[in-house]
Parts: sequence; structure tokens; C-alpha cells
Amino acid sequence: MSSAVVKHATCTGCGCACDDIEVHTDGARVTRAVNACTLGETWFRDHPADSGEPAARIDGKPAPLADAIALAAEMLHAADLPLIYDHGYSTCEAQREAVALAETVGGVIDSYTSRCHGPSFVATQLVGKVSCTLGEVKNRADFLLYWGCNPAETHPRHTSRYALHPAGKFTPRGRRDRTMVLVDVEETATAKEADQFFRIREGTDFEALSAMVALVKGQAVDERRVAETGFTVEQLRLLLERMKAARFGVMFFGLGLAATRGGHGNVGAAYRLAMELNAFTKFVALPMRQHGNLVGSDMVLRWTTGYPFGVSLSRGYPRYNPGEFTMADLLARGDIDAALVLGSNAATDFANVPTIEIGPKLTPMQSGAVPRVQIATAATGVSAGGTVCRMDDLPMPLRPTLTSPHPIDEAVLKRILAEVRKKPAWYPMRSEAQIA
Amino acid sequence: MLRITNGKVYDPKNGVNGVVRDVCLDGGKVVASVPAHARVIDASGMVVFPGGVDVHTHVAGAALNFARGLIPEQHRKARPIYHSPQCRAGLAGSTPTTFATGYVYAGMGWTTANEAAVPILSAKHTHEELRDTPIIDKCTCVLMANNEIILDLLENAEFERAKQVTAWQVWAAKAYGVKAVNPGGVAGWKWGKDCKGLDEVVPGYNKVTPRTIIKALADIVDQLALPHPIHIHCNNLGAPGNFTTTLETMKTLEGNRAHMAHLQYHAYGGDDWFTMSSASVPIAEYFNAHPNLTCDAGAVLFGDTVTITADGPWQHLLYELTGKKWGNLDVENETGCGVVPYVYKEKNLVNAIQWAVGLELLLLITDPWRVSLTTDHPNGACFWRYPEIVRLLMDKDFRKEEIKKLPEKVLPRIVLPELDREYTLYEIAIITSAGPARTLGLPQKGHLGIGADADVAIFNERANAMEMFAYPRFVIKAGTVIIEEGELRNSIEGTQFASKPVYDETIEDYLRPLFQQHYTMSFENYPVAEECVHGLEVHQCGACITPT
Repeated sequence: MSSAVVKHATCTGCGCACDDIEVHTDGARVTRAVNACTLGETWFRDHPADSGEPAARIDGKPAPLADAIALAAEMLHAADLPLIYDHGYSTCEAQREAVALAETVGGVIDSYTSRCHGPSFVATQLVGKVSCTLGEVKNRADFLLYWGCNPAETHPRHTSRYALHPAGKFTPRGRRDRTMVLVDVEETATAKEADQFFRIREGTDFEALSAMVALVKGQAVDERRVAETGFTVEQLRLLLERMKAARFGVMFFGLGLAATRGGHGNVGAAYRLAMELNAFTKFVALPMRQHGNLVGSDMVLRWTTGYPFGVSLSRGYPRYNPGEFTMADLLARGDIDAALVLGSNAATDFANVPTIEIGPKLTPMQSGAVPRVQIATAATGVSAGGTVCRMDDLPMPLRPTLTSPHPIDEAVLKRILAEVRKKPAWYPMRSEAQIA
Repeated sequence: MLRITNGKVYDPKNGVNGVVRDVCLDGGKVVASVPAHARVIDASGMVVFPGGVDVHTHVAGAALNFARGLIPEQHRKARPIYHSPQCRAGLAGSTPTTFATGYVYAGMGWTTANEAAVPILSAKHTHEELRDTPIIDKCTCVLMANNEIILDLLENAEFERAKQVTAWQVWAAKAYGVKAVNPGGVAGWKWGKDCKGLDEVVPGYNKVTPRTIIKALADIVDQLALPHPIHIHCNNLGAPGNFTTTLETMKTLEGNRAHMAHLQYHAYGGDDWFTMSSASVPIAEYFNAHPNLTCDAGAVLFGDTVTITADGPWQHLLYELTGKKWGNLDVENETGCGVVPYVYKEKNLVNAIQWAVGLELLLLITDPWRVSLTTDHPNGACFWRYPEIVRLLMDKDFRKEEIKKLPEKVLPRIVLPELDREYTLYEIAIITSAGPARTLGLPQKGHLGIGADADVAIFNERANAMEMFAYPRFVIKAGTVIIEEGELRNSIEGTQFASKPVYDETIEDYLRPLFQQHYTMSFENYPVAEECVHGLEVHQCGACITPT
């Protein structure tokens, strides 16, 4: 085992995908990840070259990889409605293959997006989205509003590398050139960094944001209704004056908006607020996306199917319906009869469905619900190369530092697809009218 | 090996105008002859064209994929492409999915397309999408006219270094050409501003103006000997009275090669939306007299679409005008992007003028070699509607019937009713294939001479040009029969063309620290690796031309 140092490596620990990591290894595991935050450091250290997992398991017993692939293909091929589900830790290259597989077996494809920022996509589809890459924030933003998120714990380098602290082209003094406001239901660790913190009453984000949209447009608002949010109208007015006075303002929002009641309405109001502020100054809004490459999954699905998540290919062409073709809803209704889960330790949700699990860490044997087929793969970014996408959609190349005995996700999916293609093909029925 | 026989061949580059002769294909190329046992396609009663070439389209990358995510309601109405032995599933709507894009282009007989707006920062993503766009060959233009490293250099009159940086960036993005979108205006949009006139100082700068940027980039592209000239989207797009800005831009480009993108959007008279009129006549007159210029039409057709452009400030205005949903995505140090769904309505005065201006330019520009058929897909209309434009150009009686549907008050503001020109098949072959291939600098495309790429479209000869060009009988790409008897029978991978200009590699020492300061991506991770571009074919540019 020889030691090595790889510079400019991309971390896939969270949606920031920082690509300035200097990774030190002793050949067997990562010993140091210079520049990485605690999440990133943990991600690198937690994935040694050899995870100690067997190549594959079938019904809990170690099995040759070829057998596991053959059984996986058989299960997906035999199922009436299989689901391909991506936890968002794979590469874009693997996600391309996942789409091809879903299409070939006439299944549904969805990702963890449907359980986190899915409503943010629905909001985009309703009202639009004004956004930018993180470098614009670094270089220009003099006003930051974090709403319903806690980057200090979920995206530790977000404020230091991209948003609040770095010296940018037009913000040479870094933190001193910026104002930061935090709105949340509780005073989190992020509040320590804020110039101003507002506690909002739980479940009233839509009301507060809508009132702000109305005030920006010079419309009247009901003071009593606003008071229910925990804000006074005067507070909102002052906040808006600061937003309008900014040279470049940005709002980052998290699951506090997207994954609470009426998430698409909350985020829609946030986007609308940012849009309307462009009549006065430059203003953008961005979701704080999580997981290493969930954004990549949305991107690949959009270019191959037109939709970001929750896509059914059961009629042979893409159809989209959040709430119908999304993982939690398919499981709740018992619609699916097989699942392939891309990502580790994801099987508990799928206890009642014959499942294939592909990832660097397999669901442990002592767990109550061990998937039927388990295939160990190399860890994305540590021992598997390819591309991931950052929270602002930018593609980032990976620089794997270790060599895993296991194949990469992309290779496993390709082999399953090749096995499926050897079986009698499924093609959608087309009526005469459609052919004409 | 293939012999196409008995077809009426239109091959303008080689002066072949509707002559019945054989076309022989072997090894992906056009050859002089093939052995007797080669497969024969009997093209009796059909016309044989070189495969279509789209000089300006938006089919892949960050902006288009952003748009795809914005419009599920349009996808739902889109024509489905079913999963089949030959085809990946997809949707052929206003922003077709990648696989569908390849099938639909090939399905109309078009075999090469230029994706005209790629930010370097996300070029890797564009190439990933183009990999998933089958059959057609592709090239890209990289967005440079609001690149702040370039603008900073021009502010300090460091032209030579700006040239080195441009060359490095083109190769870093594995791009083919250089695009300028609203020079300086998009940089201004980073502060919520714009540049309307060529001599306005770019917001955030003290000296540099759109005119400086246009002239410098045109010089750079010429001196780097890139195969395609500077590809310009002028300032002041879409605005009434903007033809003066366009004329100024063209005058600035005297002495340079230049391609004027979607000229329709830049040829309006009047002072505001109420007095807007066509200014295609002065634009076409200037253009006709200046052979250094080429253009594409950017024609508009009535119906649903989605507008996508790097011109961020224009899209903000369009949002304010329409109240529809608005997407904006600014890219650090480089460019912007805006998306607004749009419906062009026949009874809308402005839309009717736009429809007329696109056709007027195509009819008023006398040299078909210098004007290409485009709709600035998907901005003016989707590319799969090109056959409708071909019919409007070839059939003046049909055109006059269509003009009758416009509001009467439009008629005094356009010249289209007075134009009786009808395109011939030979001219259609020029504006859809031979011309754009020449404009792009792709000598192997757009013709059927010996050594040309074996990209051929075969159509039934019919009186209705729209029906004729919508459904070719056969399409052959790189010698493989893709469409046969009107059906897609095969799918193959296409080539991606990139240009490699000559540059001094020490420019990296200059760029590296700038990245540290201004970007959020490491300099080392910024260039697209060659192995990430599937089917890459590199055009090595000649030595830098130093002006005397």
C-alpha cells in the first residue's frame, strides 16, 4: 500500500461539492482531507478502498457478482412495475444508465429529490426561478437571506467558501461587505453568523413571504394576518428596504420551506419575491440542495425524459406526476413489485418489496429488512470517478484517490441492463391511431 | 456501400441543379463509384439533398436543461417518442429530450447541428447531453462577450493577452466557435442593468463598450483562424427601433468575417411597441452590399414555444411584459441565461411583424449562400417546424394566403406582401445545407462531391413543400441508412467537432490566480477533458494570423 496525495479533489459529502480538497491516503484509506469540513472529512474517511463487503449477497448470503446481476435482471424483467430509485450519491454517468434501465424494463424512476426539494421543482414549474452559480454570490452579493436552513450544520463550507465570508471580485472585504439575515423557526447554530435573526412561527412561511411580495408590489397587507407569522408589518417593511437597497441580493432556502406543509407554495412565494425584487435591484434565490449528487440525478432525468423526478416509463415514454410516480406514494399504495435502489443502506423503506441494493455500504445483516440482492460498489468520489453536479447545477469532475476491489455503479448498471436485454423485449403497445 | 440511383440531385456546392445522376457512398463518404453488388436505393421521382446543417440552434446544455425543468405542461402535450428497438424514449416538444432531438433532426433529413450558446463553466454538461443526442454531428459556440476576464483585459487595452485567453478558453470548453451575446449587456445584467447602444460603457467598467468587445472578439477569431467567424447576437435584441444598433454592429465588423445570428430579432423599426415596424429593407440592403457577413434568419412561426437566451436582461423585460414564469441563471464571470415560455399569436401586432420580418429577410437577402434557415430554436419556433418555412419561401400564393390572416393594421408596417420571390429547390438546398456548412467552415458537410461525408436526405418530390420536407423517404448519415420508407430504422452515434487554436501555454500562469480569486471551481477542474467528449474530432487551427 503506497501513500498518495491528490489535489483539487471534489467532495461529495453535501451539495456544495467543494473541489479544493487535498486528499491524503495510505493506499488503504483516506488519512487526511485538507480543506474539507467535518461532513466531508467523515465522507472521505468512512469509505476505505476495501469496504470489507462481499462482492454481492443474495438473500443475505455472499454470492458471486455474476449471479447477483443475473438475479437482479430477472427480478426487474419479471416485475409488472419496477421502481429505479436513486439516493443521490451516484455519478451522472451511472444515472444515465439508471434511466436506460428504467426505460428498458418499463418502470418508474425517481430519486430522493421527491422527498426533499421536489416541491422546489414544482414551485419552479409554477412560477419560474431566478438563480445564479455560487461564484456570483461570492463575487457580488452584499445581502444574504438564509430562510429555513441551517448551513452551519448541513453545509458547513457554504458560508465560508461561497457566500458570506469569501473575498470576491466586488466584495473585497469579504464578511464586512455583506449583511446576513436568518429566518427560521428556531435559533440554530447558523444564527451566530447572522447580523439579524428572525424567529418565524412554524408553518407560516407562505404567509410571511406572500406578504413580502405584496409589500414589494405596493399592495396592502392585513396586519393581524402578518402578526400570526411572528413578524410585524414594520419588520417586513424594514427587511424589504434592506433587500431593495442591496446591490446584489440572494436568498438561500432549505427544507424548512421545501419539505414542510405546502412546500411548493412556500418556495413559489420565495421565488416570486426574488423575481419582483428585480424591478429594484438584482436578486436571486437558490435551494440548499443536499446529498453528493442529487442535483445530477435531476439534471440527467431532465435531459433524458424532460422531467426532474417522479417519471414513469411504463407506457414507453416519459410521464411525470409527483404524488403518483414518486417513491413514497408508490410504496404507500403498493404499486411496485420490485425496486432497484442506487445508494447505501436504503432498504428499510423497501421492506415489503423485492429489492436490489447497489452501493458502497450494504444494509447490514442484523437489519430487519435485508434486500433480496445486494451488490457492493466503489464509493463515488473516493474510489469511483465520473461527474457530479453542485447545488447550482455546475458539473464537477471527480478525482478518485483509492482503488476499490468493487466495480463502479455505472458498470454494474450496464451489466444488469445487458442481462435484461438478453430476455424477451418489452415494447409499449401502440394503437393504430398513435402510429398514424 | 450504397448507390442512390435515378434521383434528381441538388448539390449546390458542386453546381448540380436537379440533375438525375447516381450518388455512391462507401466508408461513410461520398465516392466515385461502388461495385455492382452494392445496395441500390431507387430514388425515382425523388430529390436527393445533402443532409441539412443547422447553423444556430439550442439543443443541449445548462440553459436548455433549465428550460426543460420549467415546462412540464408543454412536455405533456409533446409528441411522445416510444421506447423501441431503435429508439430511446423521449419527448419531441418545444425543448425535445436529448435522444428525441437526434431522432427528430434526422427524421427531417438534418444531420449536423451547431449548439450556439455554451458557457465554458458548464461545457462539460453540454458535452454530456450531446453524447446522448444520437445520429447528428454536433459543434458548439462558447460564450465570450461577457466573460469578465476578457472584459477586464479589454478595459486595460491588453488585446494580445485577451486573444491568448480566448484561444485557451475555446480549447478548454472543447468548443468549435466563439459566440457573442449582447456584448457587455449580460455583464451589466449582473447588476440588473443592460447595454443598449454600442458606445455605452459596460456597467461596472470605465472604458470598455459593446463596440470595443465586438471589434476585439471579431479580430481575435479571425487572427486565431477559427473555422467559423465570430457568431454575434447583437445588443438590443427584440426592441422596436433596434435596426440602428444592428447596422452599427455590422459597420463595426467591416474588415472582419462575422455571422449575424437570428437577424430577424434585430431588424425592427419604430419607437415603441405601438409604432413597431419591419426594418428588414435597410438591414438587407446593408447586408447584401457586405460579403464579409453571413446570417441566419431566426424566423418566427405562430404557436407555443419557450424562449431561451443568454440575454438575461431581455428575458427580464419579457417576464415583465408577459407575466409568465421566468427562469434566470447567471453564470459566474461568464454569462447569463433567461427562460420565458411564450406564445406567438397571429393576431398580435408585434408577433405578426416578427413573423413577417423573418420571411422578408430570407426573401430580400439576394445571396442564399449567406443566409441560413433557422428559427433560433426554440426561440422563434421549434426546429421541427422548418418545413413550414420552406413552404412559405417556395410558394408565394400560399404566403399571400397566410398574410391575409394577419391583422390589417400590420400591412403598412411590413414589406412582405410586396415580395414575389419564390425559392427554388436549389436555393433551399443552399440555405438548409450547403450555405450553413460553408458558414461553419465544415468542408466535408453540405455537399455530395467525392470525399464529402455520406449524409444524404431523399425526399419525394411533391407540390406542397411542407409535406415534402417534413417526411423524407430516406436519410443516410455517415453512410448508414437511418430513415427508410419514412421510418427510423437505425440509430448511430454522431461526431463532436472542436477547434484547437494555437496559443501560448504560459497563459495558464496568468489565469490560475484569477480563478482562485473569482471562480468557485478549481482551475484544474475547469477544462473539459478530451475523454469526456464522445466522438471528438479536433480541427487544428492554423498559425495565428498577425495583422500587418
